[in-house]
Amino acid sequence: MELDVVSLSRLQFAMTALYHFLFVPLTLGLSVLVAIMESVYVMTDRPIWRQMTKFWGTLFGINFVLGVATGLTMEFQFGMNWSYYSHYVGDIFGAPLAIEGLMAFFLEATFVGLFFFGWDKLSKVGHLVTAWMVAIGSNLSALWILIANGWMQNPVGAVFNPETMRMEVESFFEVLFNEVAQAKFVHTVSAGYVTASIFVLGVSAFYMLRNRHIDLAKRSMTVAASFGLASALSVIVLGDESGYTATTHQQMKLAAIEGMWETEEAPAPFNLIGVPDQEARETRYTVQVPWILGLIATRSLTEEVPGINDLVAEAEERIRDGLIAYDALVQIRALGRGAEVPDALRAQFDEHGGDLGYAYLLRPYVDDPRDATDAQIEQAAWDTVPMVGPLFWSFRIMVGLGFFFLILTAYFFWKTSFTRFRIPRYALWVAFLSIPLPWVAAELGWFVAEYGRQPWIIEGVLPTAIAVSELGITDLLITLAGFVALYSALFVVEVWLMVKYVRKGPYLDQEAVDAFAQARADVFHLPYGGGDRPTTGAPAE
Amino acid sequence: MILHELIDYETLRLIWWVLLGVLLIAFAVTDGFDMGVGTLLPFVARSDVERRVVINTIGPVWEGNQVWLVLGGGAIFAAWPPLYAVSFSGFYLAMFIVLAALILRPVGFKYRSKRDSAKWRTMWDWALFIGGAVPALIFGVAVGNVLQGVPFRLTDELMPIYDGTLFGLLNPYALLCGVLSVCMLVMHGGAWLGLKADGVVADRARLYGAFGAVGVIVLFAVNGVLLALFVDGYRFTSEVDPLGPSNPLFSEVTREGASWLDNYADNPWMLIAPALGFLGALGALIGLRRGVEGLTFLSSKLSVVGVISTVGLSMFPFILPSSIDPRSSLTVWDSSSSHQTLFIMLMCVVIFLPLVLAYTAWVYKVLWGKVTEDSVREHSDQVY
Repeated sequence: MELDVVSLSRLQFAMTALYHFLFVPLTLGLSVLVAIMESVYVMTDRPIWRQMTKFWGTLFGINFVLGVATGLTMEFQFGMNWSYYSHYVGDIFGAPLAIEGLMAFFLEATFVGLFFFGWDKLSKVGHLVTAWMVAIGSNLSALWILIANGWMQNPVGAVFNPETMRMEVESFFEVLFNEVAQAKFVHTVSAGYVTASIFVLGVSAFYMLRNRHIDLAKRSMTVAASFGLASALSVIVLGDESGYTATTHQQMKLAAIEGMWETEEAPAPFNLIGVPDQEARETRYTVQVPWILGLIATRSLTEEVPGINDLVAEAEERIRDGLIAYDALVQIRALGRGAEVPDALRAQFDEHGGDLGYAYLLRPYVDDPRDATDAQIEQAAWDTVPMVGPLFWSFRIMVGLGFFFLILTAYFFWKTSFTRFRIPRYALWVAFLSIPLPWVAAELGWFVAEYGRQPWIIEGVLPTAIAVSELGITDLLITLAGFVALYSALFVVEVWLMVKYVRKGPYLDQEAVDAFAQARADVFHLPYGGGDRPTTGAPAE
Repeated sequence: MILHELIDYETLRLIWWVLLGVLLIAFAVTDGFDMGVGTLLPFVARSDVERRVVINTIGPVWEGNQVWLVLGGGAIFAAWPPLYAVSFSGFYLAMFIVLAALILRPVGFKYRSKRDSAKWRTMWDWALFIGGAVPALIFGVAVGNVLQGVPFRLTDELMPIYDGTLFGLLNPYALLCGVLSVCMLVMHGGAWLGLKADGVVADRARLYGAFGAVGVIVLFAVNGVLLALFVDGYRFTSEVDPLGPSNPLFSEVTREGASWLDNYADNPWMLIAPALGFLGALGALIGLRRGVEGLTFLSSKLSVVGVISTVGLSMFPFILPSSIDPRSSLTVWDSSSSHQTLFIMLMCVVIFLPLVLAYTAWVYKVLWGKVTEDSVREHSDQVY
């Protein structure tokens, strides 16, 4: 990669976003799982559920702070590295970010302190409410962030204003109920639930393999397997919905994911595997499944899914169309502020303004897009094709993992619900070793969504190449190196603490356990000591 | 949709200018004492248990307080996109340092007590100190630069171009503002610790807090003199339409001799702000020396409100003046979001801000009471 401002800015954004997204999925899912466990505790009064809440809550906390810390970078990074983007779409894009803070992050962050510090200060129900507030807050947070991101993929409800040289909101309602955003929200949140479920499942499996904390492990596993199964189903169904919305709004992304260069006759086949070759513009050695792509992408037998070559031809037309809009814009602006714009000129801009962004694709080649040669226009049209290979494979690995999670959680759901935990050791090992996999899938999902949108930062509206700040290479290298160093150090500390606290196991409040057993014995006239006494003793450390 | 026409564009811009101030003040009043406490940590607490007392006075609340900063960032993005674009890209490296320092803070709180090792804990103590002192200083330095004008210009397409360096930010006047900011937050942090900690920790905090209050009074006065005599102000030289489109290049601006204080001559009621800055600090000083905790913390809050309001009122209607191309300066009338966005965002604030304040107040009420060495020892594995 070249060391230019655009590449470095992209690298920095990708790095900080992917890093932030290491902590987000677990926060989303574990907050809900912990709240579910505490709900069971409040309803049944059994101390084991309180112990579970505290134990998983501790791990949640270790993870949560890094999500908060790295989220700060995200909040300010648009202004720091993407100042033209911030100016150009702040009128629309800023709103969901601000509402996220106001409606969601405040809720989450205010109550999370109380969750950890309020055990002795709140009633049982009061504390339960706190746990749910944290869970609701973090999930609402995801909603607003994905409304913002969904708008980058499918910029609805906004128009360009020549006077202010930016996109301005026309219908906030459309921004809010953007179908891309809605599909992405549920897909992403479900992915978070799967991540947390596999995490809880894996750690519980580890305890069973070591024969430690069996009571906690069994119950946690039951919760995680059932919650995980529902979430895995949801991830797949909503992932399919995301794919379907891409058919209408991001055809190039879809074609690139499929490595489909030529438009195939409907219903199009699905390339199960293959070797995309960007330069030769073909995908070799494909193994195809007939009909499937057409069915998934269009949900019909007759609609065509356009291939990359046809989409490039379309992009070339839109660039030429954009040049007409660009020319009108320059003339309108030359009239000066507040001047009456002649109707013909206004009409020219209104008719072609939707393709203005395509004219900006020429900026890397010429300062004034109107001076571009035919060769440059053709080249710019080909720039609308993202790198096919990485997208093709990332997508397939992500989907493969999604189905693996479905099988894994379904298996454990069956085992925990119907077989009295008769689980073979190799299955426990599989669950334990699967812990990192949801992260792989989540990061690849981010990659497919964001890298697949290139060269656009706002699909069809603003190319990434002109959205950056006017920064020096040195500045960018300093911050990039700084973030890498800081984040790597924190990552090591975080993982080390997680492992330490998993190995340490739950904190056992023997007094509470005894008191509960005593109370139960009194009520049911049982011999004291039966029932909920944990089968394993204190942690090994 | 024409619902947003209910409130005219000029009024909405004014409201959002006030809200910008409210958010920054809320950040300084709440997370300000967290930063002050972080700054004071190595000085007021020496043993591990003392440090844990200090940390646990803010342990449960700093996270919620910090959201004011996040919300401030989001609200600037949504309501003042050019300000968001110009300021954070212009102050690029300074902003990176702030972020790096602030990132250390959550981790410091959460991870410090997770290991029983003196070296480990000292390391995180310094992380918390950096996370408090460094942003406090840099935010002040940034304000000092904003008051003098920042070297940026806008191209015809409104692309911001910044022409300064990190070291250019560190001029004497800006550094003075930075030190004022640190003093202010040390006073505020001292007042908080006086309220929430007890014993020797609280005594030391009151002493340092008093130094901070004296610093505020002296430096705020010096600052006023400098503003009156030396720091250039900015003024429109052409008509500006408060209802017009948000394009800073549509109006002419000039930089002229020290004129930032002219607003006070035109609108004497504005003098409430600087008066509050002084009287609050004085009240805090008296309260800290006499050990009247409620009065101290309230006064110190009022002082923060006064000092920050003074900055905003002095510059009105300017928000971010440009020193190299005054025409590019961002003002209340030409650097906001669209009419509709301002309206929608205002509705969100009207609905959600009262809720936020209500549950925040409730959380503080639940956590009411002093953090003592005994309480930290007793709940050693639950608290930070």
